Amino acid sequence: MPLLIIDEQACIGCGACVDVCPFAALEMIDDIAVVNDNCTACSACLEVCPVDALSLPERQAEAPGAVDSYRGVWVWVEQFNGQASSISWEMMGQGRLLANQLGVSLTACVLGENAHPLAEEAIAYGADRVFLAEDPTLRVYRTEPYSKILYALVREHRPEIFLLGASSRGRDLAGSVATDLYTGLTADCTGLEIDPETRLLRQTRPAYGGNIMATILTPHHRPQMATVRHRVFEVPARDPARQGQIVPVSVSLSENDIVTRVVDFIVEEEEVNLADARIIVAGGRGVSGSEGFEPLRELAHVLNGAVGASRAAVDAGWIPYAHQVGQTGRTVRPDLYIACGISGAIQHRAGMSTARVIVAINKDPEAPIFDVATYGIVGDLFQVVPALTAQFRRKLRT
Amino acid sequence: MLTALGGDQIARMSAVHVRRKNLHAIVCIKSVPDTTEVRFNPETNTLMRDEVESIINPFDTYAIEEALRLKEAHGGKVTVLTMGPPKAEKELREAVAMGCDEAIFLSAREFAGSDTWATAYTLAQAIRRIGAYDIIFCGKQAMDGDTGQVGPGVANQLEIPQLTYVFKVREIDLEGRSIQVERLLEEGREVVETRLPALLTVVKDINQPRYPTFRGIRTARRLEIPVWGAAEIEAAPQYLGLDGSPTQVIRVFTPPKREGRVEMIDGDSVDAMADALADRLLGDKVV
Ligand SMILES: Cc1cc2nc3c(=O)[nH]c(=O)nc-3n(C[C@H](O)[C@H](O)[C@H](O)COP(=O)(O)OP(=O)(O)OC[C@H]3O[C@@H](n4cnc5c(N)ncnc54)[C@H](O)[C@@H]3O)c2cc1C
Ligand SMILES: Nc1ncnc2c1ncn2[C@@H]1O[C@H](COP(=O)(O)O)[C@@H](O)[C@H]1O
Repeated sequence: MPLLIIDEQACIGCGACVDVCPFAALEMIDDIAVVNDNCTACSACLEVCPVDALSLPERQAEAPGAVDSYRGVWVWVEQFNGQASSISWEMMGQGRLLANQLGVSLTACVLGENAHPLAEEAIAYGADRVFLAEDPTLRVYRTEPYSKILYALVREHRPEIFLLGASSRGRDLAGSVATDLYTGLTADCTGLEIDPETRLLRQTRPAYGGNIMATILTPHHRPQMATVRHRVFEVPARDPARQGQIVPVSVSLSENDIVTRVVDFIVEEEEVNLADARIIVAGGRGVSGSEGFEPLRELAHVLNGAVGASRAAVDAGWIPYAHQVGQTGRTVRPDLYIACGISGAIQHRAGMSTARVIVAINKDPEAPIFDVATYGIVGDLFQVVPALTAQFRRKLRT
Repeated sequence: MLTALGGDQIARMSAVHVRRKNLHAIVCIKSVPDTTEVRFNPETNTLMRDEVESIINPFDTYAIEEALRLKEAHGGKVTVLTMGPPKAEKELREAVAMGCDEAIFLSAREFAGSDTWATAYTLAQAIRRIGAYDIIFCGKQAMDGDTGQVGPGVANQLEIPQLTYVFKVREIDLEGRSIQVERLLEEGREVVETRLPALLTVVKDINQPRYPTFRGIRTARRLEIPVWGAAEIEAAPQYLGLDGSPTQVIRVFTPPKREGRVEMIDGDSVDAMADALADRLLGDKVV
């Protein structure tokens, strides 16, 4: 049931579309392009067809005028135990740029129990206005009350753009709010730009484990919602002197109306928050056992970093799943990623290839990890890693 | 569909009937290209060549397994559901071969081009048609789109609670209509409970999915799988497929390559190499 429409009369059989289709959905049969079920209506082929023989069905536009009444950029400030997550401030920086470009204001939505300090912080990081909802029911994040409050705020104040972090909570919340609002939600964006002509938000994100990038618009629905990937945008400079307005939101929720309860929170013995780590020392099958992670832990300790792992190491039971980096684990974006005894399979690279600096330590000079590395050392990790730890101990002491 | 059941299955079904409350779990699975087969060709900008095998989205196999384990503990049945092109029927049969009892296939031209909103709407309509259930399972995210939005979307459409990133089902009380789970969050594991019916999305660590059995494969081969289109799920056409999708993909391209090539650090000794590397990293100000 592919959607692509092929004008067989116009098709000259040049094959240009076959070459650019990322999904192998097109082939030439008797010198005419034919589409199969792999087609995802991604539109990659439309622009290369020299004779405009390819098209996608016209979409029904929404009732005119509806989208123009939406103005302003919003950011949800995520908090855990009263601490804002850094992704919130990263979005505030990017949201500020978008708002300036559009000539509109930037609003932060802060929900929590005693969250006033976070509202002040949000202003220091660039918000013009903060909606502050404080209530005991909002102390710990839960989908239901958070989603209800944000939904009501959006309905009343009509922002054109609404950004949330692509964290577990952010994705949970965004998916719920966008469904209620019947609007577009683009997941895990790494690029956000305004199209100057149309005012539309161009949302760019990786898909297929980072193998391709897609740019996505929400033309006829508002707000244009996106979740934003960690550590893509810089945290802006904090300006405690900035002025802004804090608007209290009245919360009419009773604990009895909420069906979900948080009973407990368990922190792993070996605490790991890969998403926030600036430095990650990761080990793969090459560490050969749980004890093999010891030298990596020492290096991570000296560098004040976290320990990551490949799936092979996790599947072998050498280290818990929370440490896994890659397509089925966490996507990380540290300043420094040191891969020790990791071959660099595509599924692993999908989770770490956007690190700023990558170091590969591997016995095998042909290992694909060297293709994405900034620096490489061919050698035995059990010699190289302790040597590196010793060097840093010495150099960082001064 | 009864004719498709073997004698032992009928026996098993009547055995569970003596229990007071049976479980009905629905699992939403997606057919995705096998990523181990996906080779990216940067020269032509293409992701796949020729016939790439499709597989059950790996995260969804954990969802299936968890549903089957609950069924084994409480009695009842598991219905597996997918929306996709005709070839996705293969993945439904595989889920049946693993032990799911019934399958529903949403496949029609009207559904093509669905984004996560339209997908969630379509699945929710189908689930309404399926009828009473206790729990819906989804994977944490699909391997191709990587959004994780469909689960929350379905829960919201059906107005039931959602528990995402579930790492462990601690307790389920079908009579008392409640469930307690552990969710895997960035900072640790959150223990939360809610009311049934609920929708759960599961992470990889929740279990180890089983393989299809020979008997399962036989059952799967014979099972008649109903194919539903827009009419069967009483869907409003404006919410389906491309028209129902608020988002629109306007460009697909290759990610920019990492700049420059790898700098290999050589040296006479391991210490010399480590020294040189440490200096580079300090110079780059990443340490
Ligand atoms: C659907 C799917 C999802 C997946 N998701 C993920 C994921 O999220 N994350 C992930 O990591 N993988 C994932 N994988 C698995 C992935 O394909 C690889 O199998 C895995 O990443 C390999 O791990 P590895 O590099 O540690 O092991 P290997 O590929 O076995 O590599 C070990 C490396 O260590 C080197 N080595 C050995 N001994 C030493 C030593 N003493 N000193 C230095 N080097 C040494 C070897 O030369 C080799 O290069 C996924 C696979 C599939 C099919
Ligand atoms: N077309 C589909 N048919 C059935 N289930 C789906 C479909 N798309 C997504 N899902 C379910 O929703 C989960 C999340 O998918 P996604 O939001 O696309 O990342 C998957 O793991 C599936 O459980």
